[in-house]
Amino acid sequence: MLTSFLTDYTRYVLKGGKQFYTWMGVLSAFILAMLFVFYLQNTDGLIVTGMTSQISDGLYLANLVFLVGVAAGAVTIVFPAYVYHHEGMHKVAVLGEMLAITAVIMVMVFVFAHMGRPDRLWHMIPPRGIYSFSSMLGWDVMVLNGYLILNFVCGFYYLWCKYTGNPVNQKWFIPLVYVAIAWALSIHTVTAFLMANNPARPMWFHSMMPIRFIATAFAAGPALIILIFLIIRKNTKFWVDDSAIKLLTTIVQFCLGIAIFLTLSEVVIELYARTEHANGLYYLMFGLHGLTALVPWFWSSVVLMIGAFVMFFMPSFRNDFDKLRIPCAMAFAGIWIEKGMGLIVPGYIPSPIGEVTEYHPSFVEWLMVLGIWAFGFFILTILLKGAIGILLGEIKHGGPAAAVK
Amino acid sequence: MVAEFAVKPAASQFTPLLEEDVAINQKPCAGAAQDRPSDCPVQPASADPAANQLKTTRRDFLRAGGMLSLSSLMGTAALMTQSDNANAAVEWGEHFQKNYRLMTTEEKNEARLRLERRYSDEYGKKVSVDTTEAQPGMLMGYALNIRKCIGCRRCVHACVAENNQSRGPRPGEKIEWIQVLRMERGKFEQEKMNHGYPEGLGIQVGGNAYTPAGQVLEGQYHYNPKAVPEADATYMPIACMQCEKPPCVKVCPVRTTYREGDGPVVIDYNWCIGCKMCMNACPYWARRFNLTTPVLPKEEMNPVTHYLGNRPRMRGVVEKCHWCLQRTRHNRYPACVEVCPVGARKFGNLLDPESEVSKILERKNVFRLKAELNTFPKFFYFYD
Repeated sequence: MLTSFLTDYTRYVLKGGKQFYTWMGVLSAFILAMLFVFYLQNTDGLIVTGMTSQISDGLYLANLVFLVGVAAGAVTIVFPAYVYHHEGMHKVAVLGEMLAITAVIMVMVFVFAHMGRPDRLWHMIPPRGIYSFSSMLGWDVMVLNGYLILNFVCGFYYLWCKYTGNPVNQKWFIPLVYVAIAWALSIHTVTAFLMANNPARPMWFHSMMPIRFIATAFAAGPALIILIFLIIRKNTKFWVDDSAIKLLTTIVQFCLGIAIFLTLSEVVIELYARTEHANGLYYLMFGLHGLTALVPWFWSSVVLMIGAFVMFFMPSFRNDFDKLRIPCAMAFAGIWIEKGMGLIVPGYIPSPIGEVTEYHPSFVEWLMVLGIWAFGFFILTILLKGAIGILLGEIKHGGPAAAVK
Repeated sequence: MVAEFAVKPAASQFTPLLEEDVAINQKPCAGAAQDRPSDCPVQPASADPAANQLKTTRRDFLRAGGMLSLSSLMGTAALMTQSDNANAAVEWGEHFQKNYRLMTTEEKNEARLRLERRYSDEYGKKVSVDTTEAQPGMLMGYALNIRKCIGCRRCVHACVAENNQSRGPRPGEKIEWIQVLRMERGKFEQEKMNHGYPEGLGIQVGGNAYTPAGQVLEGQYHYNPKAVPEADATYMPIACMQCEKPPCVKVCPVRTTYREGDGPVVIDYNWCIGCKMCMNACPYWARRFNLTTPVLPKEEMNPVTHYLGNRPRMRGVVEKCHWCLQRTRHNRYPACVEVCPVGARKFGNLLDPESEVSKILERKNVFRLKAELNTFPKFFYFYD
């Protein structure tokens, strides 16, 4: 039965119309570019990026942190579905799990991208390697892998049951889902610890970081999910209920509000006293010693986030699902900037000895980032297509595997 | 006190050590124990946990398995590369070696021989890789007299030459472990007495003298004067503080950076995965990342190296000051101490009450940099 599941699933996800192949072809081109860039990084070294000894991490770590948030954000579907038995959410919970799987895989590729020696990754893995419990990176790797496994098991077990027509075994499935929900919080919390547990970097050394990470994650994650759901509604026979999208909209708005509030609190507290520790934030907002590379990023992020927050209040945007895309895309973009150019990079500027240098991501770096995102969309397309096929009953044990789209 | 300042090539100020120099230049660290053979193979003072576990059967089993797979891989590699290229086999062997601290003595020797072969081949001269371990009764300490420092940066150049740092033309290829920060003396003027913050209201909330002055970490290490010291500046050299509670060690996910028994925080360059978490954690910006393969001309390469010290690094790993382990483990001063023209730099054994550093701690006013972070550096600053 497992082989028939695999063949039916594979056959279904690989078949598609012209639109499907064009989409996958474009993504593949970016993925190839990424592979070339990865080769460059591992022959010439990270010198091909904009990173330096002062700014030792940039876009890669930023995207990594952001995508951990997107992965955690999938819980905004699973939680209402299984804890509050929300009808519309329950129908699409498995799609959220597919998104989580994708985001975690992307995080892992970004880990490879930012490392100096990805060929030595096995040094982290026992018994030959060493696992360090005092390192937050070690914990991060552990919780991320755990989250990947949990989502893979929950998601594909559910799909398997739908495929075979057997009922879901609630006895272990529901507890596992609850574990996955709590685990989702852990991944972003640990990632926040990874940055915040560095007194050497005052910009990050805040106990506010974990809650800020969670708030932004639960805004950016569901914002992306809404966009994906709207695409699914338009392009497939699968219908995502209005109630699900409306609940997600509410979640995005509330979390975005909290995120904005936390950012404003930080600005007031740091800039009122304006100690040396506020230099990172000051550089981000206004520039320091005439260097202002991050200033446009910060203000565009502010405009995007506040603009989206206000738009969510307007019934014309909230209730019109065509127009709803605009604030969702704005919130997503705003938080992407806030996590990257607005948080990771200014953590390095000024350096611990007060040196102000600028970070200019190189073309190679952008290509890598685009490639990994393309890789993510590639996986996501396949996973969502398969999941929707099973939910629609088009992939069924013994049934004809008809390909749509 | 004005010294001629000129940027000379590092080699002319400080010749890389050769075997003969060792005997000529040898200065014992003040108070360092002289009665011990420095390359004694048994090192009870080591903080190495493996030292107590060498006899376990599981470890032996793993080691045997590892060596088996290692030798077969080396064989495969040798076959693949037509066997005359010994470097390929060496690189495979290096790739699959363990964390240095957990190696047995034999494994350390193998690793050492492998490296010596590769380096000698690469740099066209006899390169030695020392594996001398921490000596019992030794805790290295450093003291720097900031009043004496004239900002000549000979320490920086000596360090680069001694420790085989990368010296290429591109920004990412130039690595210096010591930074000499130039600090403004600060200027306060009578004319500004009625100025202040906010401007123009006549009511001062803040004063007019909030200009930088004294030892603050807002210094500049890119300065290029005709002569040093400059009248309007003071200097504050910084490098790795060799913390007793090093944040960089805590965050390392593979334990490749750790504190040695005699004090310095070291890195096993062959085990580093280049995740750069230690660079985020260091409050003194002491760590550098090899963005590309280090540029180290053959003729400038210092062939006297230590495994945990100045041996040539590879692309994608982190490096930092290690107090010249290749020298200090043999009772010599670090290169920066030796080269300092004004004697601002002092190095010795903190456990020996007669050492220079101990005397300084006893008699002078000393301070540690960023003491509020509880990193407890073994690098002390003092004034006369």
